[in-house]
Amino acid sequence: MATLNVNGKDHVVSGSDDMPILWALRDELQMTGTKYGCGMALCGACTVLLDGSPIRSCVTPVSVAAGKKITTIEAVASTKAGQAVQTAWRALDVVQCGYCQSGQMMSATALLSQNPHPSDADIDAAMSGNVCRCATYVRIRAAIHEAGKAL
Amino acid sequence: MRNRFPSLVRTHRAHADAAPDPQAQTQVVNLSTDLARRRFLQGMGGLTLGVGLTPWLGRAGRASAAGAEVFAPNAFLRIGTDGSVTVIAKHMEMGQGAHTGLATLVAEELDADWARVRVEGAPVNTKLYANLAFGAQGTGGSTAMANSWEQMRRAGATARAMLVAAAAQQWSVPAAGITVSEGVVKHAASGRSATFGELAQAASALPVPTEVTLKSPAEFKLIGKQKLPRVDTFAKTNGTAVFTQDIKLPGMLVAIAAHPPRFGAKVKSFDAAKAKAIPGVLAVVQFEATPSSFAGVAVLAKNTWVARQGRDALQVQWEGGYAKGSEAILAQYREALKQPGLMARKDGNVDAALARPGKLIEAEYSVPFLAHAAMEPMNCLVKLEADGAELWNGEQWQTIDQMNIAKLLGVAPEKVRINQLYAGGSFGRRANPHSDYLLEAVQIARAARAQGISAPVKMVWTREDDMRGGHYRPLYLHQTRLSLDAAGQPQALQVRMAGQSIIAGLGFDAFIKDGVDQTSVEGMANLPYDIPNLQVELYTPTDVGVPIQWFRSVGSTQNGFVGEALIDEAATTAGKDPVAYRRALLSKHLRHRGVLDLAAEKAEWTKPLKPAAAGEKRGRGVAVHEAFGTFVAQVVEVTVKADGSFKVDRIVCAVDCGVAINPDVIRAQMEGGIGYGLSVALHGAITLKDGVVEQSNFHDYQALRINEMPAVEVHIMPSAEKPTGVGEPGVPPVAPALANALFQVTGKRIRTMPIPDKV
Repeated sequence: MATLNVNGKDHVVSGSDDMPILWALRDELQMTGTKYGCGMALCGACTVLLDGSPIRSCVTPVSVAAGKKITTIEAVASTKAGQAVQTAWRALDVVQCGYCQSGQMMSATALLSQNPHPSDADIDAAMSGNVCRCATYVRIRAAIHEAGKAL
Repeated sequence: MRNRFPSLVRTHRAHADAAPDPQAQTQVVNLSTDLARRRFLQGMGGLTLGVGLTPWLGRAGRASAAGAEVFAPNAFLRIGTDGSVTVIAKHMEMGQGAHTGLATLVAEELDADWARVRVEGAPVNTKLYANLAFGAQGTGGSTAMANSWEQMRRAGATARAMLVAAAAQQWSVPAAGITVSEGVVKHAASGRSATFGELAQAASALPVPTEVTLKSPAEFKLIGKQKLPRVDTFAKTNGTAVFTQDIKLPGMLVAIAAHPPRFGAKVKSFDAAKAKAIPGVLAVVQFEATPSSFAGVAVLAKNTWVARQGRDALQVQWEGGYAKGSEAILAQYREALKQPGLMARKDGNVDAALARPGKLIEAEYSVPFLAHAAMEPMNCLVKLEADGAELWNGEQWQTIDQMNIAKLLGVAPEKVRINQLYAGGSFGRRANPHSDYLLEAVQIARAARAQGISAPVKMVWTREDDMRGGHYRPLYLHQTRLSLDAAGQPQALQVRMAGQSIIAGLGFDAFIKDGVDQTSVEGMANLPYDIPNLQVELYTPTDVGVPIQWFRSVGSTQNGFVGEALIDEAATTAGKDPVAYRRALLSKHLRHRGVLDLAAEKAEWTKPLKPAAAGEKRGRGVAVHEAFGTFVAQVVEVTVKADGSFKVDRIVCAVDCGVAINPDVIRAQMEGGIGYGLSVALHGAITLKDGVVEQSNFHDYQALRINEMPAVEVHIMPSAEKPTGVGEPGVPPVAPALANALFQVTGKRIRTMPIPDKV
């Protein structure tokens, strides 16, 4: 049993403390916007924010989140940067299959929170942990620049 | 449009023991759209389409309607009293934009307000939702827009005519004076107007017209519009889009299975004690292989994490299975290619022409097995019923899956209901003609039921299961002989290729001509260049035990590479410009030439590239290829560093897909196809050692990442030709254009995929 603060609310989750946050979100809290892609922090589909920093929830145990705040795609628009990301993603129709996009958007939100006007090199550094097999990268890059204009 | 799947319906009959009325299935192919609609209406009595689903679990894109959806003039749309327009998409959405495209066609003729249009995936129902190119319900071969072009517009036009008729009746005015725009019906002379929602009830009581007039292209408002928002973007940017991975039914268990280490291996014995000791593990079941799905041992648990831990704690002893490695398969092919293969194309006399004086280029090309590696690993939710089953999945071949599952269960196909969800990518993987992972899910559910567990079962594969699960793009070996005459023109080309047949054993007779699987040789047997003596031969092994499958752009994945590398080598050997050389040899293929010209112009091919930084060299290469009736040319620009590492800087792409229905979706598919093709060219390789797949996850089967993605420019050729697909054709030109660009810098030809990190 552990208590997770997700998107501003406390939730008690059952199961062992070594369960990755990903599965607590998806299977215990029915917050399925955060995706499983690889289980080894290789693809970034599971990216959420922990106290504002991006983490791979597929390898981060529930215990690590004690006393911290988790932000998921369901609440991406709760910050100015996240809202700008969501707006830009929609304006540019970034998505294709959409499966990786929650993770992409959370990584982009974390980047823009720290660095509202990133260079292409900054984007490469912050986003290269997020795989998109539809290869929507051209639009992800454009959308991050676009979101930055609103910040 | 090329009909890629002409014999599918006949095949179903041959394969599905339980098919109750094959004649009825066959009829679908010949029915006109209108006739099909009338049959549907007779069957449905004008009611809205309800398929008895738990509402939110229903289908991809499903959203609750605020108003009753009272007006359903055909199987493809419903209009609610609130003015909402719901388009029922017969094609699944795996990212390629089919939902947006289908909705565009309906909304265009309906004159709907795009903001009020939403889309949901159709349930399996071959009679209503057959792909008119296949005669079966399915998405693939880049056919979605091509086969729906008239059907969906008619669906919209029919509804529009009925709304206009309802208004004319209510207002006692002639229908001819009524106009429709953005979901509002108006009669200017009397100043009256009404929304679709206000007219829906009245329209539903009117007869369905059998004849409707479609718009002329000049009247299009949505078709061809540069930026029409995708219908699935909203839900895919707030976490609410529902994929199979996300579905949860009451009481549902999650199943993760131990799969055999070698294809075809069987369970010899297993020890489940450690797995069963994990809290939350509810059962361990052994399940049998089918001719297309794994044997294995599955752990059923209350959630995914526990099921995964349980699966990893299993101790399973396996026996048998295919034990050859990739190198041994290549050696087998090399040996086989010493003999002539089956003839796929024979123009002129290659042997005589090759014997004549000239410049002879002999080369061997090879491409490895490839995993599709969609972001969402394979999965399927199964709810067994007393005499059938209900499934939830994002899959490409509903009719075939329904029949294969029905056959396994020994029930009639209509007893298998399949709910269409969004797929987290597919690239051909979810179009398995053997329904491999679906049958595994059903086998696990049946094994569980035999243990008294009747709960719905969601089978999920881990990334490792997916990567090692087979159904790969087949490994191919090509041996080529090309001769140029004194003027540098190609006088003979012989291509002998070896690789597994995707079609063999499926009974899709029309795909195999004189023993040649047409999907093996596509992109080579139809090489467009004027070469007087051209011979394409195929060796198809039957003893390679690696399951293979179509991969985004199928035979063109390997043949596009080989063909465009060969013609480039001919050009450079002849000392000619690669664009001009191709152009001159495309006298009978003007759409190839058109995109080649457009790409070259936009890339400023005739001007020098911007100079490289000190110690670096720049180069560019070109390729042009047709796949599925769509023509694509690409110019790739690269920078090679002193150490041989390189970066793709920019790709300029020209595409001719007939009428451009959704230009922004076309651009997105070219961008994505380029990225997918680049991933293949730079990284893609599944290799086997003694039959065991050596890769397992994204660290050893690398996917293209954002730092490797070049700038991409897409230019769409204006065209009045019937629309063709864009999901696949962006892929084939990338690898050869890149290899040709690297040649320009290094002087070395690349003949094996993937390209090494340093050239």
